[in-house]
Amino acid sequence: MMKRKLLALSISALLLPAAGSVLAQAGKISGDVVKIAVLTDMSGVYSDLGGKGSVLAAEMAIEDFKASAKPKFKIELVSADHQNKADVGSNKVREWYDTQGVDMVTDVLNSAVALAVAKVTTEKNKIMLNAGAASTRLTNEDCAPNNVVHYVYDTYALANGPGKAVTKQGKDTWFFLTADYAFGASLEKDTTDAVKASGGKVLGSVKHPLNASDFSSFLLQAQASKAKVVGLANAGGDTINSIKAANEFGLTKNQTIVGLLTTIIDIHALGLPTTQGMMFTEGYYWNLNNETRDWSRKFFSKHKKMPSMLHAGTYSAVTTYLKAVQATGSDDTATVMKQMRATPINDIFAKGGKIREDGRMVHDMYLVEVKKPAESKEPWDYYHIKQVIPGDQAFQPMALSRCPAVAKK
Amino acid sequence: MTEIFGVPIQALFGQLMLGLVNGSFYAVLSLGLAVIFGMLNIINFAHGALYMMGAMLTWIGLEYLGIGYWWSLLLAPIGVGLVGIAIERLMLQWLYKLDHLYGLLLTFGLALMIEGLFRDLYGVAGQPYSIPEEFAGAFNLGFMFLPKYRAWVVVASLAVCLATWFVIEKTRLGAYLRAATENPKLTQAFGINVPLMVMLTYGFGVGLAGFAGVLAAPATQIGPLMGSNLIIVVFAVVVIGGMGSILGSVVTGLGLGIIEGMTKVFWPEASATVVFMIMAVVLMIRPAGLFGREK
Amino acid sequence: MSRRVSIAYLIGLGLLLLAPTFIYPILVMKVLCFALFACAFNLLLGYTGLLSFGHAVFLGSAAYVTGHALKVWELPTLLGLLAGTGAATLLGWVIGSLAIRRQGIYFAMVTLALAQMVYFFFLQASFTGGEDGLQGVPRGTLFGLDLADDINLYYLVVAIFAGSFWLIQRTINSPFGQILKAIRENEPRAISLGYDVAKYKLLAFVLSAGLAGLAGATKTLVFKFATLTDAHWHTSGEVVLMTLLGGMGTVFGPVVGATVIVALQNELADKVGSLVTVIMGAIFVICVLAFRRGIVGESLALYERMIGQKGR
Repeated sequence: MMKRKLLALSISALLLPAAGSVLAQAGKISGDVVKIAVLTDMSGVYSDLGGKGSVLAAEMAIEDFKASAKPKFKIELVSADHQNKADVGSNKVREWYDTQGVDMVTDVLNSAVALAVAKVTTEKNKIMLNAGAASTRLTNEDCAPNNVVHYVYDTYALANGPGKAVTKQGKDTWFFLTADYAFGASLEKDTTDAVKASGGKVLGSVKHPLNASDFSSFLLQAQASKAKVVGLANAGGDTINSIKAANEFGLTKNQTIVGLLTTIIDIHALGLPTTQGMMFTEGYYWNLNNETRDWSRKFFSKHKKMPSMLHAGTYSAVTTYLKAVQATGSDDTATVMKQMRATPINDIFAKGGKIREDGRMVHDMYLVEVKKPAESKEPWDYYHIKQVIPGDQAFQPMALSRCPAVAKK
Repeated sequence: MTEIFGVPIQALFGQLMLGLVNGSFYAVLSLGLAVIFGMLNIINFAHGALYMMGAMLTWIGLEYLGIGYWWSLLLAPIGVGLVGIAIERLMLQWLYKLDHLYGLLLTFGLALMIEGLFRDLYGVAGQPYSIPEEFAGAFNLGFMFLPKYRAWVVVASLAVCLATWFVIEKTRLGAYLRAATENPKLTQAFGINVPLMVMLTYGFGVGLAGFAGVLAAPATQIGPLMGSNLIIVVFAVVVIGGMGSILGSVVTGLGLGIIEGMTKVFWPEASATVVFMIMAVVLMIRPAGLFGREK
Repeated sequence: MSRRVSIAYLIGLGLLLLAPTFIYPILVMKVLCFALFACAFNLLLGYTGLLSFGHAVFLGSAAYVTGHALKVWELPTLLGLLAGTGAATLLGWVIGSLAIRRQGIYFAMVTLALAQMVYFFFLQASFTGGEDGLQGVPRGTLFGLDLADDINLYYLVVAIFAGSFWLIQRTINSPFGQILKAIRENEPRAISLGYDVAKYKLLAFVLSAGLAGLAGATKTLVFKFATLTDAHWHTSGEVVLMTLLGGMGTVFGPVVGATVIVALQNELADKVGSLVTVIMGAIFVICVLAFRRGIVGESLALYERMIGQKGR
């Protein structure tokens, strides 16, 4: 008897989520509610890069849009933590699309989650404006230009910018510290191509395991290579540990460190004394002009940290989407996508940004150099902008596209 | 310049030194595990989280209370030790009569909680902590520039390991401890407060983890995840050494640090797994571990 | 199977067959995959007394092999599932042969360390797609049924789960299962009775690994991707938690545990923000301290006590 009851109990536990969703379906939203979802990592390794900050950015975007455009439709925001699990992420998004009437999902950092969500989004014919993932596959092998826009950055842009610009400054011999998995390898390859195209030379590279606890050994190898530039083809904790060790071993005196995926969050975590002189590509910097400063300070007042490029990108993505809905008076996927594609993006994140036919949002990137502690005038004043890389040079050219949908045309 | 397999011999010495530095961390951490295991018969899965806590306390001390590195070196391990004592009193002590696996499961859950809480409070990107002024710069050893701080890590770790060995093997307190490990009931009958010894042992063992955390703070990323990546390697170190002897775990820790360092030069792709491979080989040849006794 | 278990089994099966009419089939399929994973794990922990802390690699390796077989080799679905399960079984044999050389806590640490080694292999190997994962795996067809349709796939998953569950019950109640329990209760005694304990342990380990692999292979089919998460030690910890929470060594415990944990992960995703791991950890601690028999075990004990009082 008991077992049967227990089973019933366990099955009803299964059903709980469904009960809610049936209700939601009964009151299915009409065209005058636009529902936006932020799917991000709130509890894992990327939670500082996106996380709660992305949700805040989306909230701010909706608030600002309501204030300026006075839309007739209602706007709702939902958010979830995918815990860096592709199955949790794709399940959540599927549930959002099917039962909660979500029209657009954004942020979606973590490449595995992003690719899985892209598939669901295509299947359900909704929209993903991806601000968080790095993989170029989103606009190449796994592109879905009718549904997916890759909004902020990708490994190609991160690698290409410094590969060209730094080399042209005369720092033309490189050595790589590469995280030993697909992400690191593609960063190294794209940078190598850019370095060679600009007349530079790659002297060598060493592969290190993901989450290595100690980098001194690899850095000694980089030091022995006598390369002018040491490229870090890694991310997160690995980058931070590489930089700390590079500083300790005095590499920074004679060699320039280029972090291929470094953000303001990493610089803040390390402090200027350790990072001064480093160079890398960013998609956004809060201290660019009055417009970015105003917005970022507003963001800071709520988040206690300056925005990363993901945060600013999420803000921009939500704004762009809402503007398109406003302009067309529709939340139909094809209509909105067409409108977004046709309208240049001008806001605190991008100037003259354009969504390309492979789904790549093309905008300017910035090659930055980290200031010396003495040059920094206020907290978070970290970068010299060495060069603005125009969008059409920053991202992978269409000629190299491996996107089947584009190739067919 | 002499070369071995295309690597200059000077560079090789440099890598040996670095291996020794990493080995010191392994040694202190596996020593803590061994001490706890000897007395409580549990594997402390929270060891990595408490190591992280040591580093975080160091940073918190500087950031909010203005406590410098040297005081942290003393205070942070004590703080971690007190947390350990609380864990032992509140939770672990109820599990001694059960299968030892429950201790592993409990500490695993604790590790998740501690990491999650720190992540929630301070984020994951990590915190800046610079090397204490006394250790800025490097020694010129002829074959390499050894940063002074790394040298200090080796010295401090070895000193702590040696002191631990001395206390346990050569003092009266240590004799009680060994007696309590061997036969708790009989020791209790002699009027020695065994539960107190157990509590202090656990506190001391995790205090060692905290100490390693302070040592790591200036050299690596201080973040909530710093412990969990390391602890699995340390487990493998412990399996290789066998947990029977104090000296054994120290020697194994140092040795594996050096072997790992060499792998980083000759076959960097395998440096993450070399310790596990050695473990597999040791299991095939000598299941009880290099210094262990088959029970 | 005892009569009560059989009845519960049939009722559960009936409910499962009806479930997709009123609940999300993909979520149920996910629950079933993890339930199978936990049941396979329970065979080892609950009935043999071996705590493996690296079981996720069997889930993960089967997921990858099945994904690769279906996507790149374009094998039929059934062969893809078999390939994944076979790979996990083989891996189980390799890891098992090493791990059973040590007992108790050492066993747990050895499995964890070996699993970490395999994890690094998957991370570095090119066919897994690294952190992007192996994406876009086709589901294919089975006996002319198009599995791209969620409902068709659902019944296949239910069949796989029901069959495996039945197999596990048969194993537990067979003479082989009795010997496993004898090993769990008193290993020296089992040895002195003349059983080749190592052989039995290894067999249990391989069986458990194979079934965990089947769960992983099925999971790939459901989600159309395989990612590193499947092979990560966090997933190994999760399956321990599922089994512990549901009830170690009980028939339905792992199923209940898996259901609760998967539902929690899904439900907490948009509610607690960054505290998910803290909650998981807290459940672990509470289970170990106060709730060692798990939901099913404690409920059964409560029920027995009530019956006992009435009888008096």
